[in-house]
Amino acid sequence: MPKLTIDGIEIEVEPGTTVLQAAEQLGIEIPRFCYHERLSIAGNCRMCLVEVAPGPPKPVASCAMPTADGMIVKTDSPMVRKARKGVMEFILINHPLDCPTCDQGGECDLQDQAMLYGCDRGRFHEEKRGVQDKDFGPLIKNFMTRCILCTRCVRFATEVCGVPDVGAIGRGEHTEITTYLDRALASELSGNLVDLCPVGALTNKPYAFSARSWELRRTESIDVLDAMGCNIRIDTRGSQVMRVLPRVNEDVNEEWISDKSRHACDGLLRQRLDTPYVRRDGQLRPASWAEAFAAIAGRVKGLPGGRIAAIAGDQADCESMVALKDLMTALGSDNLECRQDGARVDPSVRASYLFNSTLAGIEAADALLIIGANPRWEAPVLNARIRKRYLTGKLKTGVVGPRIHLTYRYDHLGEGPAALKEVAAGRHPFFEVMKHAQRPMLILGMGALTRADGGVVLGEACKLAYAAGLIKPDWNGFNVLHTAAARVGGLDLGFVPGRGRGLADLLADAGTGAIEVVYLLGADEMDMTRLGKAFVIYQGHHGDAGAQRADVVLPGAAYTEKDATYVNTEGRVQNTRMATFPPGEAREDWKIVRALSEVLGHRLPFDTLAQVRSRLVQVNPVFAGGEVTHAAWGAFGESGTLDPAPFLSPIQNFYMTDPISRASATMAECTRVFIMAREAQGTGTHG
Amino acid sequence: MLSDKDRIFTNLYGFLDRGLAGAQARGDWSNTRELLAKGRDWIIEEMKGSGLRGRGGAGFPTGLKWSFMPKQEAPGRPHYLVINADEGEPGTCKDRDIIRNDPHKLVEGALLASFAMGSHCCYLYIRGEFYREAQALQAAIDEAYAAGLIGRNACGSGWDFDFYIHRGAGAYICGEETALINSIEGRKGQPRLKPPFPAGVGLWGCPTTVNNVESIAVTPEILRRGGAWFAALGRPKNSGIKVFCISGHVNNPCNVEEEMGIPLRELIERHAGGVRGGWDNLLAVIPGGSSVPVLPKEICDHVLMDFDSLRDVRSGLGTAAVIVMDKSTDIVRAIARLSRFYTHESCGQCTPCREGTGWMWRMMERMVTGDADLAEIDVLEEVSRQIEGHTICALGDAAAWPVQGLIRHFRPELERRIKQRQSVRVAAQAA
Repeated sequence: MPKLTIDGIEIEVEPGTTVLQAAEQLGIEIPRFCYHERLSIAGNCRMCLVEVAPGPPKPVASCAMPTADGMIVKTDSPMVRKARKGVMEFILINHPLDCPTCDQGGECDLQDQAMLYGCDRGRFHEEKRGVQDKDFGPLIKNFMTRCILCTRCVRFATEVCGVPDVGAIGRGEHTEITTYLDRALASELSGNLVDLCPVGALTNKPYAFSARSWELRRTESIDVLDAMGCNIRIDTRGSQVMRVLPRVNEDVNEEWISDKSRHACDGLLRQRLDTPYVRRDGQLRPASWAEAFAAIAGRVKGLPGGRIAAIAGDQADCESMVALKDLMTALGSDNLECRQDGARVDPSVRASYLFNSTLAGIEAADALLIIGANPRWEAPVLNARIRKRYLTGKLKTGVVGPRIHLTYRYDHLGEGPAALKEVAAGRHPFFEVMKHAQRPMLILGMGALTRADGGVVLGEACKLAYAAGLIKPDWNGFNVLHTAAARVGGLDLGFVPGRGRGLADLLADAGTGAIEVVYLLGADEMDMTRLGKAFVIYQGHHGDAGAQRADVVLPGAAYTEKDATYVNTEGRVQNTRMATFPPGEAREDWKIVRALSEVLGHRLPFDTLAQVRSRLVQVNPVFAGGEVTHAAWGAFGESGTLDPAPFLSPIQNFYMTDPISRASATMAECTRVFIMAREAQGTGTHG
Repeated sequence: MLSDKDRIFTNLYGFLDRGLAGAQARGDWSNTRELLAKGRDWIIEEMKGSGLRGRGGAGFPTGLKWSFMPKQEAPGRPHYLVINADEGEPGTCKDRDIIRNDPHKLVEGALLASFAMGSHCCYLYIRGEFYREAQALQAAIDEAYAAGLIGRNACGSGWDFDFYIHRGAGAYICGEETALINSIEGRKGQPRLKPPFPAGVGLWGCPTTVNNVESIAVTPEILRRGGAWFAALGRPKNSGIKVFCISGHVNNPCNVEEEMGIPLRELIERHAGGVRGGWDNLLAVIPGGSSVPVLPKEICDHVLMDFDSLRDVRSGLGTAAVIVMDKSTDIVRAIARLSRFYTHESCGQCTPCREGTGWMWRMMERMVTGDADLAEIDVLEEVSRQIEGHTICALGDAAAWPVQGLIRHFRPELERRIKQRQSVRVAAQAA
C-alpha cells in the first residue's frame, strides 16, 4: 500500500487511489469541476492541480494522478495557488456574469471556487463567446453560454444512463455540449444531470426562477413513487414543495433519483383533497370531519365484520396500515388486502417477496435473470446499478419478458412463462450460466406476478432458485422487484386477507354484495367498477380514481406531509419526514384512522406516533429498524398450468404511475414528449 | 558537415528508384534476417547505445522508450507499434519526403522496431493530406509483403509482422501520441491523461509505443552500422544525423540531412543558399517548427542545431524545421498567425488551452496593429505562462512558446507599435 505525504501529513492508501481521493481521506478539499467520484475521470477542467514531487516541475491534475510510494504532495503551495488562479481566470473569461439571474446562484461550484481563486477584476477585453441553447427536453433548462465544458453530463449520460445522446461537438473554443440532433435526452435519470452540472448551464426546468436556494427549508426524507425507497431531500418554501433532490445512500440509490421522483412534486399542489366529502344525491359534497365520520358510522355500525373490507394502496404508510388493520380486526373483519394489483406474492415466507440480494448486492452479482420486469421503468435507479455492474464486464444478463432497451446487453430468452419453465427445468443454456456463477440472481417483476397464474410463476421461480443454486449460505439470489412503496410494509404487517383469500375474492364479494363496505386506503390503481354497489370510503391525498368512486372521502397526507414508515423492496425500513403540512383539513393518515376508531366505538390504543411505532414493532420485529436482515428461506409458490401469454410490464407509462405523478403537469409534459411522441413515430414520414 | 558515406536517407530527393529494387540496391533489406536473429535485447541495447533521441520533437531517447514495453506479452494484450506520420507542425516536411522517396527504410525499421518490442502489428497513422505519400508507402508495403519481407515469417525470421496504414483527417492534435491512439480507435482525437502511459495502456488498452517516422526509418541503418557509429556523429547526448527542413526567406528552401550540432548559420548558408539578401538581412529564425520560441539574429549567429544547445538559448530543436525570416517580415504578425493556428487546432478538452489560446490570439491580433495597452504585453506573457504546463498535452506549451519568444526578444517592437498607435490616436483627437 503506497504511503505518501500530503501537506505534511503522512497517509497510507489503497493501491489505485488517486491523489485527490487520498487528500479527501485526510479532509483536504481540492477544488474540482470535472471530477466526480461516480463517473470516469476526464481530467479536463485543470482546477485540481497540485504540486507533486518527485516529478517534473509543473503542477499535475490530482484527480487523475495515481498515488505512489514516497510521493510528496502540496495542495496549497504558491505554485498550486497560482495555477488554480490561472485556470479560474480562463474558466471565467467566457462565463457570463449573470449570477443574479442564474438558478444555480447560491449553490454553484463555480461561484464558490471563484470566491477562493477568482480575481477581483477581469483582464479579458475581447468579446465573450456565446453558445446557442439546445433541446434537453422538458426537464432540463439549459443556458449553454454558462457551460465550462467539464463533460460531467456527457459522461453521466453515457456511463450511468446508458443513453449516449449527449456529447461534445466542435473543437477548441468552438466546442459545445449538445444532445444528439437536438433531441430531448430520453433517459429516466436525466434530472441528475442538473445536480451534476457544476455551473448553471443545466438547471431544473420546472423549478426555473421559482426560488433561490437559500430561501428553502430542507427536509431529509424518502421517495415513495417506486419501491426503491430512494433517499431524497425535500426543499420547501412556506407550505410548498419546491423541488426534490437525491440524498446519498450507498446502499439504496447512491446519489441518483429518477425523473419521476424528482419532478412529480408539482403534482402535490394539484387535485388535492383538502376537506372531507360525503356523497349526497349522487354528488360528492364538502363536509366536516364529524359529518364524514357520522356517515361512515351510520353505514358500518352493526354490520358484521365479514361484510367490510379494506384495501391499501401503493403509497400507504405502515402506521396507517397497522391502525387500519387493528380497526378492522376490532370490527371483526379479516378482509384486508395490500396487493391492489393482485400480485400473487406469498406473505407467509418473507424471503419470497423481498429483493433478498439487496440493491447493493447487484454489484456482486455475476449472472442475472430478469423475469417479467422492466427495471428501467419500474426502478430506474436499480437499473442504473445493473448497468454499473454490466460495465465491469462481470455480469451476464438474461431476460424473460418483452424485448426492451434496458441500457445494457442481455440474452433474450423468451417473452413468456414457457421460457422461464425451460430455464427452471435446466433445459436452457442460461441455466448453466446461472449454475456456474458465484453470485447468480433473478429478478421477478410484477409483470410476472400480477397475472392470474402469478402463483405458478412464483413457484417456477422458486424451483429455479433451488435448481440453479441461487440460495447459498451467504447469498440469496431470489429477488422480487415491487412497484409500490407500500407493498413490502403491508406484507410485513400481514395486511392480507385471511383464509387464503386474495384480491379477486374480495372484489368478487363486493360485486355480489357480500361485502358491503370497502375502505380504500389510498388505493387508486384498481378497476373501481368491480366494487359493485359497495359503500366506498376513500382515504387519500389526491382526487383520483378512488375518490371519484367514493361515498365518503377522508383527506389524508401525501408522503411529503407526514412522518411515516415505508419498507422498500429489499426490506429496508425507512422513514419519511414531514416537510410541509397537509393542505386544509387533511390530516396524517394514522390519526384519521385513530379518530374514526373512536367514532366506531373501537378506540385504538395509541395516541402518539411513538405508540403507533411500538405497535408496528409488536406486529413485526423488522420495524425496529436497523440494517436489512436476511429473511429466512422457505418453499413457496403454487404448481399448476401456466398461461402462455407473454409477460407484460405493469407500467405502460413511466411518468404516470400514481395519483401524484398523474396530477403533475411536468409528468404530463414528459408523457407528451417521451411516450406519446414515441408512439406516434414509426410511419417513416413523420416530422 | 556530413560526409556522403554517413548519409542514411540516400534517396531523400527522390532522384533514384523508390521501389524495392532501388531500395535494395541502396542497401535496404540487405541483412534484416541477421539483425532479427541477434534478438530483441541486442536491438534495444544498440538503439540505446546510438543515443538516438526521438525525432518527433520531444527528443526522448528512443532505445529507452522501447525498453519500457513489457518483456512478455500478457494473454489477450498484444503489443503495438504505432508510427506517427501525422506530420502537422508548420514548417516541417521531413517525414513526407521519407515516406515519399525512401519508404522501404520505414517499412524495414517498423519490422525491426516491432520485433524489438514484441509486436506483431504496426499501425502507421498518416496525415490525411499526405495522399500521394500514403500511396507510395502502400506500394512499398505491398512490395515487401510480396517479397516475403513482412507478413508471416517476415524475412524468414519466424516473426510474423503486419503493417497497416491508417489515414487521418488532418487535425494537428492527432499528432499527439495519445490523441493519435484515440483517433485510430475511432474516437475523437483528444489527448488522453498520462499516466497511464501508452507503454502500459495504449492502443485498445494494450502496451503501445508511438514513434516518429524518422526515428523508425533510421533504425535499420543504425543496427547495420552499429550504435557506436551513430553515437560518434554529432555531439554527446545529441548524437547522430537529422533531417532539417529549411523554409522561409532563404534562397533555396530544402530538406537536408545533416549532422546534429551543425551551426545554424552554416546549415542555412551551405544548404539553403543563405538568407535572402545576405546574412545581415536576417531578422529571426524559428529553429524547430512553429511551436518553439523564435530566435533573433544575435543568437542565430552562433547557435548550434541540437536539442541541448537550443534549449540553452530557451528555444528547442523540435522537429528541426528551420523557419527563416528576413527583415521584411512583420514578426508580430507572423507570431499572431501561429497563435491563430493553435487556437484553431486546440482540441477543446482542457480549460487552459481551450480558453487561453483564443485569448492569446485575440491579444496578438491587437498587438499587430498596436491597438493595446503597454501593460497588456505583460498580461499576454502571464496568460501564456498560465497555459504552459497546465494542460493535458503539450499543445498548450506549443501555443505559449512562440508568444513567449516574441515577447522575450521583440518587446521593443511591440512597445513601439502600441506607442505609435496611441500617438496617432492623440493626434487624431487633437485635430
